[in-house]
Amino acid sequence: MTEPAWVRWLLIGVSVAFLGLFLIVPLVAVFSEALRGGVGAYFTSLIDPAALSAIRLTLLVTAIAVPANLAFGLAAAWLIARFDFVGRSVLLTLIDLPFAVSPVISGLIYVLLFGLQGWLGPWLSAHNVQIIFAVPGIVLATVFVTFPYVARELIPLMQEQGSEDEQAALSLGASGWQIFRRVTLPNVKWALLYGVILCNARAMGEFGAVSVVSGHIRGETNTMPLHVEILYNEYNFVAAFAVASLLALLALATLGAKSLVERFSGAGQRGGGAA
Amino acid sequence: MQNEECRMQNAKSGEWQVMRIALKQHSVLPGFGVSLGYTMTYLSLVVLVPLAALFARSASAGWGRFWAAICDPRVVASYRLTFGAALLAALINAVFGLIIAWSLVRYRFPGRRILDALVDLPFALPTAVSGIALTAIYAQGGWLGRWLEPLGIKVAFTPLGVLVALTFIGLPFVVRTVQPALEDLEKEMEEAAASLGAGRWQTLRRVILPALFPALLTGFSLALARAIGEYGSVIFIAGNMPMKSEITSLLIITKLEQYDYAGAAAIAVVMLLASFGLLFGVNALQWWVNRRQRVGA
Repeated sequence: MTEPAWVRWLLIGVSVAFLGLFLIVPLVAVFSEALRGGVGAYFTSLIDPAALSAIRLTLLVTAIAVPANLAFGLAAAWLIARFDFVGRSVLLTLIDLPFAVSPVISGLIYVLLFGLQGWLGPWLSAHNVQIIFAVPGIVLATVFVTFPYVARELIPLMQEQGSEDEQAALSLGASGWQIFRRVTLPNVKWALLYGVILCNARAMGEFGAVSVVSGHIRGETNTMPLHVEILYNEYNFVAAFAVASLLALLALATLGAKSLVERFSGAGQRGGGAA
Repeated sequence: MQNEECRMQNAKSGEWQVMRIALKQHSVLPGFGVSLGYTMTYLSLVVLVPLAALFARSASAGWGRFWAAICDPRVVASYRLTFGAALLAALINAVFGLIIAWSLVRYRFPGRRILDALVDLPFALPTAVSGIALTAIYAQGGWLGRWLEPLGIKVAFTPLGVLVALTFIGLPFVVRTVQPALEDLEKEMEEAAASLGAGRWQTLRRVILPALFPALLTGFSLALARAIGEYGSVIFIAGNMPMKSEITSLLIITKLEQYDYAGAAAIAVVMLLASFGLLFGVNALQWWVNRRQRVGA
């Protein structure tokens, strides 16, 4: 019923070689390049003021974008999984949109809207509000590329679970808020956590969209990935890979947390979460 | 009690009440208005208005300038590279992704669980980090570049580098869509085929592959869509030589830096329409395959 042993080992060999070449070698390269100048140089490049300010900005942007998209994901999932209404499938398509749009275009749309020559540019500059080449633009671009993650995890699960639990709670006299907090949230907590983990990783690591709106002002509008780019283009490879290694650690932590959530929730392999 | 309250709140605005009945089928659960309002406001502010700005801006300069911007030889060369390399990378991923998914689901070998968890690395690793890591490996004197150079193979700063980066970024899509389909595949079907005298190869070609095809196609199209729009992991390794190794996303940024907003918007519209057309085409193909399989069965 199964393949001959040589076929089996050939397929395993091809898989391991491909994954090794494309995943493990680049991952090891990040850490090896970061430590090329020794441990001292590694930490010196991490406590550089520009690096610290990039880390601070990345944390700030993530702290705004992730909760905003968490709230959006919950509202959108409640709406789509609990009600049948006109335009529901259009809404679902809209939620998937950022996955189909190039990150560069995600940034571009905000420049066209809020940039100096954009639709609202003249009005904004007259009122001394700066969005593009400033923190608000970076937050907006990050929100755009990360808003599907939580909603995409919650919608299929809540559709599958159905609304019997909530209807039972309603008939027992629970208020809307009580139903949400006591019934819905506990039912979806693992999927919610899963979505937040993915959303967080993308928010901290987004490069293309943020690059378009940031303006690359050192110490002011540089997030960690942008700081990596600047250092790299200045041929300061050790520092670039040192900051990159922090992001690689974040990626490994994300993969670890993801596996743990999958194990705890008993969901096993997840196809939908991949995208 | 609660229902009573809800109904009273709804009745406050008669017009809204009429709209609700027209828009939604009856559900006893509360929160339709709130979640609809919140979701639509959020989506409008974050997505719809900015996208409208993109289309409006691309049209603002007039048809002549729009056409000139999207047909510039340098731009056309970038389409060829972007779409060609994305297609090739998605094909490579379809083949190797299928083999990897098969090995991870069907076989037990040491390190399987770690490799399985690592498959998602291209999603989790920020694209700028992937970009500089791949460049370091394939550049002259890099871990792999050192061995490829004497063979006359240059990867970094050539179109081949673009292909490597796009293969890296698209890898998880095929594996993660094929894996669940493979797990759901009933062993009985294979056993039935074998008991009817089919060889292993015949079973694979006639039973297993057709069953996996829709998932494979989905994974392929997701990888392709992602590769077309990819920016961060490509620009470091591409070398970005005009006409040779310059991707379309980078040209949008170049136009922006020259304050040619209309030109940037025009190229962006072409990319968007191409992505949507592609996804639409794949969905249609998917529908056709499903229907044919159902009729055949």
